[in-house]
Amino acid sequence: MHVPDGFINAPTSAVTGVVAAGAIAVSLRGARRELDDRTAPLAGLVAAFIFAVQMLNFPVAAGTSGHLLGGALAAILVGPCTGVLCVSVVLLMQGILFADGGLTALGVNITDMAIVTTVVAYAVFRGLVKVLPRGRRSITVASFVAAVLSVPAAAVAFTFIYWIGGTTDVSIGKVATAMIGVHVLIGIGEAVITALTVGAVVAVRPDLVHGARDLRQKLRLRVHGELVDAPAADEAPTGARTPVAARTSRRTLWVTGLVTSLVLAGFVSFYASANPDGLEKVAADKGIDKKAEEHASADSPLADYGVKDVTNARLSGGLAGVIGVGTTVVAGSAVFWAVRRRRTGDDVSPTAVENV
Amino acid sequence: MGAGHAHRLYRHGHSPVHGLPPHTKLAAVFAFVVVVVSTPREAMWAFGLYAVLLALVARHARVPAGFLLKRLLIEVPFVAFAVLMPFVAEGEQVDVLGLSLSVNGLWGAWNVLAKGTLGVAASVLLASTTELRELLLGLQRLRLPPLLVQIASFMIRYGDVIADEMRRMRIARESRGFEARGVRHWGVLAKSAGALFIRSYERGERVHLAMISRGYAGSMPVIDEVTASRAQWSYALTLPFVALLVCVLGWSL
Repeated sequence: MHVPDGFINAPTSAVTGVVAAGAIAVSLRGARRELDDRTAPLAGLVAAFIFAVQMLNFPVAAGTSGHLLGGALAAILVGPCTGVLCVSVVLLMQGILFADGGLTALGVNITDMAIVTTVVAYAVFRGLVKVLPRGRRSITVASFVAAVLSVPAAAVAFTFIYWIGGTTDVSIGKVATAMIGVHVLIGIGEAVITALTVGAVVAVRPDLVHGARDLRQKLRLRVHGELVDAPAADEAPTGARTPVAARTSRRTLWVTGLVTSLVLAGFVSFYASANPDGLEKVAADKGIDKKAEEHASADSPLADYGVKDVTNARLSGGLAGVIGVGTTVVAGSAVFWAVRRRRTGDDVSPTAVENV
Repeated sequence: MGAGHAHRLYRHGHSPVHGLPPHTKLAAVFAFVVVVVSTPREAMWAFGLYAVLLALVARHARVPAGFLLKRLLIEVPFVAFAVLMPFVAEGEQVDVLGLSLSVNGLWGAWNVLAKGTLGVAASVLLASTTELRELLLGLQRLRLPPLLVQIASFMIRYGDVIADEMRRMRIARESRGFEARGVRHWGVLAKSAGALFIRSYERGERVHLAMISRGYAGSMPVIDEVTASRAQWSYALTLPFVALLVCVLGWSL
């Protein structure tokens, strides 16, 4: 999906550049909070990992292979802010060094591949981890769903940017069907690999998986035949002491939110598929639609996943639903995080006073 | 590690272009690409002039044409996309050799092809005349956040190390008779990726400890500050200025 120069017009590129710069500024601050002065070496090494993993080819079927994009993987393993930074740095270096993706299109590339992928993946992942029962299996499931949604979300973001400032005269419906159709398939491959990778890391070093840090067990010692909690180390994690009641209510909130968004999305998708775009229909009747589906997004590095004509009205309708859920979950969790931050902020101060 | 640091795209040389301070080159390439992108697509001759400008720069930098053309191959997926454009775009149709093509699609294909190729060629020229470390210094000089530059420099420094580690894992897999043939083998590859992540992360922790023990406190000291004289700036910015002239002509004609 590396966009070259001249594909998106200059004003839109400038605007996405500003968006990307803003998001990177926010992530720089956030990453410093996540990693403090370890940011540079750790994020650098993770970026090198992403860069290397993009070279790891996964055979799909006879002769074809695809590779990982890594946005969802980075978000789940090291957190959203560091994830955005790592993928952005990878894109920047690819643009400057390898001429992969245009320099003026850097904003577009960072916005849809680094920011949208990472943020959507992490929001979905956190939402699912909150809803699902605690355990290693739900981490794997959640990372599968997060990755499967993140790639089409990036395709949607790209389509949106194209709709605003595309320089070519291909109808938006065609671009959307082709991009999203191809990227759903890519997303499935990405999701399987991401889930398996996260599962492998969780099995060995669960403490390294940023998204699963709630699963960390308290250290308990066997003293005179009975288990006692080990004395807290230098600093107790602030989030670990949430009362049980609060957690259940939060889980209900998440479940309700997710169910509501699913129902809403299904509703929307029903109407969306009931009334297909006129242009699309014309294109389908003329038989040129098939070509568009197969090749119109040959720009993707993953286009060799061997995509056949998979997009029909119902699938695109269902897709609208899936994307809808993704967007809703993102919006919902943004609100939720804002609320929770305020609440924990209130909670922290009295305990700090107590400790003193 | 010293020898492996020059990236494969760099072409060692002592031309005037190699000698320019990196941030002037970065600024020049960026300005050039912006000018190219904002040129109207109907001004076909303007793109020809841009190509001539880049060829002149390549001559000054003593980058052989074959080298440049080979690097341009990265663009091939987009060429395929551009070739397809006349068939899928809407609008009025023309008949060329018995094929019905869209006029707008032809223009769009030309647009993407010309601007994309010029952008790739400019980046390739930059990468082949600038050393990696210089490039990072230039980015820092152009006020990219220092933390981002540090992350990028760590990524570049350790990219080869991590890639080598991955290669060793692949050799280990293959020497045990593993051959990835299809979806069934994804699990093994994903476990390798997981192991690679753990190794990279732990290496990052070790690097951080090593840095702390050498007095790192959150920022890297700048030991080789690069500065550019007015003459060097004007020399580097000749390219975008000439391109701007062409662009203005392209809009007015």
